[in-house]
Formats: sequence, C-alpha cells, structure tokens
Amino acid sequence: MTMRIIDHPVLGRLNDSNTISFTYNGETLTGLLGESIAAALLANGIRTIRYHEESGTPRGIYCNIGHCFECRVHVNGQQGVRACLTPLEENMDIISGGKLPTPVRDWRANNE
Amino acid sequence: MNNAIVIGAGPAGVSGAISMAQQGFKVTVIDEYMKAGGRLLGQLYEEPTGGWWNGVKESANLYNSALALGVDFKLSTPVSNIEKIDGQWVVYTNEHTYTTPNLLLATGAAESPIPIPGWTLPGVMSVGAAQVMTNVHRVKPGNKGVIVGVNVLSSAIAMELKIANIEVACIALPKLTKVSEETGNPLAVMNSLLNVAHMAPSQLVKMGSKLMKNDFLKKMGITFYPKKGMKMWDIPIMLRKAVIEIYGNNSVEGVVLADISPSGEIIPGTETKISVDFVCIAGGLYPLAELAALAGCPFHWIEELGGYVPLHNETMETVLDGLYVAGNITGIEGAKIAIKQGHLAGLTIANKNYNGKLEHEIQDALKQLNSTRANAFIQFHPNINIGKQKLQQYWIKHQQDIKLVKN
Repeated sequence: MTMRIIDHPVLGRLNDSNTISFTYNGETLTGLLGESIAAALLANGIRTIRYHEESGTPRGIYCNIGHCFECRVHVNGQQGVRACLTPLEENMDIISGGKLPTPVRDWRANNE
Repeated sequence: MNNAIVIGAGPAGVSGAISMAQQGFKVTVIDEYMKAGGRLLGQLYEEPTGGWWNGVKESANLYNSALALGVDFKLSTPVSNIEKIDGQWVVYTNEHTYTTPNLLLATGAAESPIPIPGWTLPGVMSVGAAQVMTNVHRVKPGNKGVIVGVNVLSSAIAMELKIANIEVACIALPKLTKVSEETGNPLAVMNSLLNVAHMAPSQLVKMGSKLMKNDFLKKMGITFYPKKGMKMWDIPIMLRKAVIEIYGNNSVEGVVLADISPSGEIIPGTETKISVDFVCIAGGLYPLAELAALAGCPFHWIEELGGYVPLHNETMETVLDGLYVAGNITGIEGAKIAIKQGHLAGLTIANKNYNGKLEHEIQDALKQLNSTRANAFIQFHPNINIGKQKLQQYWIKHQQDIKLVKN
C-alpha cells in the first residue's frame, strides 16, 4: 500500500526516480533516496515505528522534527536513531525499537 | 576574515547568513534537519495578491542564494550545547566543535502537545508533522483524519491536506483539561479565531467577525454556535465539540467526539464516534529557545510572543556579547517576518564588527521588518506589537540595572 502523493495540484508531479531498497524488521521495502526514514516507512503504510521501552505499547512518528524522540529505530546496528531526521540510504537495515527488560520492577512485582 | 555561525537553517537563519556573507563574512549554518528551510519547508497557501507561497520553492531559493555567496551548510548536524570560552562561542555538535565570536540563534519554534486519551497511538501526530509529510515528503499521513485544536496553524494545514486530496472529517477542540487549558475553551478559541476571520473564504464569517466586537455578542455567538460546526473550505470547524478520546488497537481507528458547553465542559450522553485513520494535534507554536537558556540569556514570559523568549533588543542583540537571535525564537510570527529579522540580525552582527558603519542599513532593515509585520496576512498572535513593546521595556530596564551595578 502506498501513501505517496504522486500528483499534487499545486506542487506538481513528484520526482520519484531515485527509488532504492531498504529493509525494515527484515522485510524489503522501497523508498526515495535521501528522504527521511519516517517518510519512507509511512509511504509504505507503516505506522508503528517503536514499542515503548517499559510498557511495550506501540508508537509512531509524532513531531517529525526531532523533538519528541518517539520515532527512535536501530539503523545498521546503531540504536536510538531518530527516523524523522535520518536520510534514507540504499540497503539501510532498519529495525524498530522495542520493549526493554525491567528487572528491578519485575523483581519487586514478584517479591513485594 | 570575520566569521559567524548560525544555528538553524530556516528562513531567519539562512537570510541572516546571506546578509553576513554579503558583508564579507565567512558563515557556517548548522541544522539538525536534512534539508534547509525549517518550518518554511511545509508552507503552502494562496496569497491574497494571487499566486502560491510554496515553502519548498522559497526554501530552495534562500538556500541557493546562500550557497552562491559561499555560505557553508552543516545539515543533519544536531547542536547539543553552546558555551562561551575565552571570548569565543563554542558550538558542540554530534561530530565537530566549532568556535566563533559571532553566534546567531535562529532555532525557530516547536509545537505544544495536547495530551488526550489515546494520543500515543501510531497515527496521532502533530499538525506540523502532517504538513511536512504531505507537502515536503509527499506522503499522506492517512486517508481520513481529524484535527484536534482550532487555531490559525491548524486551519491553514487543514486546507493544505485538502489540496493534497486527504480527507479532514473535522477540526474540533481538545477535551478540556488542566493541560489543554485555553485550547479546550470554546469562548477563548473563538476570540482568537476572530482575529483571523479575514482569512475566511466566506463573506458571512468575515462580516460576522466584525459584528462580534463586544463581549456580550461573543458570548451569544459561542452559545448559539452550530453544533455541527461551520464550514471553512468545506471542512467543519467545531467549536462546540471536543475530541475526548482517540481509540484503536495498534493504531488510530477513530475518535470519540462529545458536545461541550461554552466553557468547555462535556455534555454527558452526546458522545459519537468517527472512524479515521489519523489524528493531528494542534496545540500551537512556542519559541524554541533551549540553546539561549544554556548560554545564560535572561528570559521573559510574553503571552503575545507565544511563550518564553530570550531578552533581546529591536536589532536582535541578546544581553550576552556576541550572541544574537532571529526568527521564531523571538516570538511566533510568519516566515516573511523571520526573513526580515534574519537580515536585520545579520546586519547588526556585521555592524558590530565594522565599528558602526552600517547604521543606515540597519535602520532600513528595521523599517522593512516593521512594514512586513504590519502587512502580514497571517498573524499568529493579534497583539504581537504589544508583546514586542513589553520586551523592549524589559530591555530598557535591564540596561538601567546594568548601569546601576556598574556605578
């Protein structure tokens, strides 16, 4: 499913000649070279970019300008990269951020 | 060769860089976004004089003019700190550390969030995020959405979404909470909207806004405001309905709307659901000024300017030597004003370094700024001039205090 706006009545036709491949959670997708990772994912109909570290609830892009840090993903093995600020490159390996273990809280829940 | 660093590649920062480069400065512009233009990038509206204001094109023009003058851009480069060491401003980024005697902060604005139940679901985004996705990246935020928060920015972006063939079911108020405050109060929202009613395509709205000059009529207006909303560009604007919840399993599936009283209280039993796949939250803009705070600038809360602003004078100097500001960090206004402010700041910096030989140019730039402000089509705050005067009073007081300390 593409959410791409190809023809725009004022802005004209989109130049989509620089199409490249990348992977998101192992799935191969296409996007435009140099656009933000967030835009490339949304264009592919992907809303969930990350799961909250503690609660595990799904999160997507919120502010799109680097302030809210809701869109953090792993890019080529580096964690905590903001999808809205990072330009897409050929063969980028992108993995959604996920829930982290909370051993202290788990321990307290079982022992208090 | 004199040098300067500008933080922020929006309209204020780039025009400031252009002015300094024209005066023979070597200028570096740093911005964490991958494109120059800042919030100007997403803008798209039809000018009253005809023709379109296309933010992507305007940004490219500014960027190319700056490049032609030899301005160096460090894009995708977040600044994490600034401090003054031995008379030089030190700018820390994720890669390098830069130093300069002349630092211009043009960091712009950010959007205030309005937390309502369900707002963390994927598919909920700030209205500015939807604007940039639609007009800059050319990706639809969804097929059908609701905008929460009625203000100048949200109505302008609603129209932009419509132009891109994205359905906006309605613009409604947020549920009234301690956080949403005035954005959830119908009467307060109507008051602020009356100041932008000249933008309305409907003659009725334009005339109506002139009739609503006194408080009694305003109260009547909001009491009898139609529950189904009034349409602007065919999008219902609902001042007597609030989005009280956003629902969905793993992403947005819809919102719950409820009727509200003129002061914003939910009327029980009036809840209805609308199926949508995205929601925009429009809490308004505030000046983004963390770096000025890190540097040690004194701040003042000025409602008319949109929040806390670093103390500065009318030629864009802060109280800290070598530190200047321009654009929305000085108060929320349009891009055309930001461009003039950047130009003025650039001249002020050059003038400081050239022992005052640009006084005439500065007066000219100040005149241009004031006339652009007076003729602004979109005003984010109607009392911007009062806000600017308040700031000027704080500046004068600060200068007097310094004299007292010195004596």
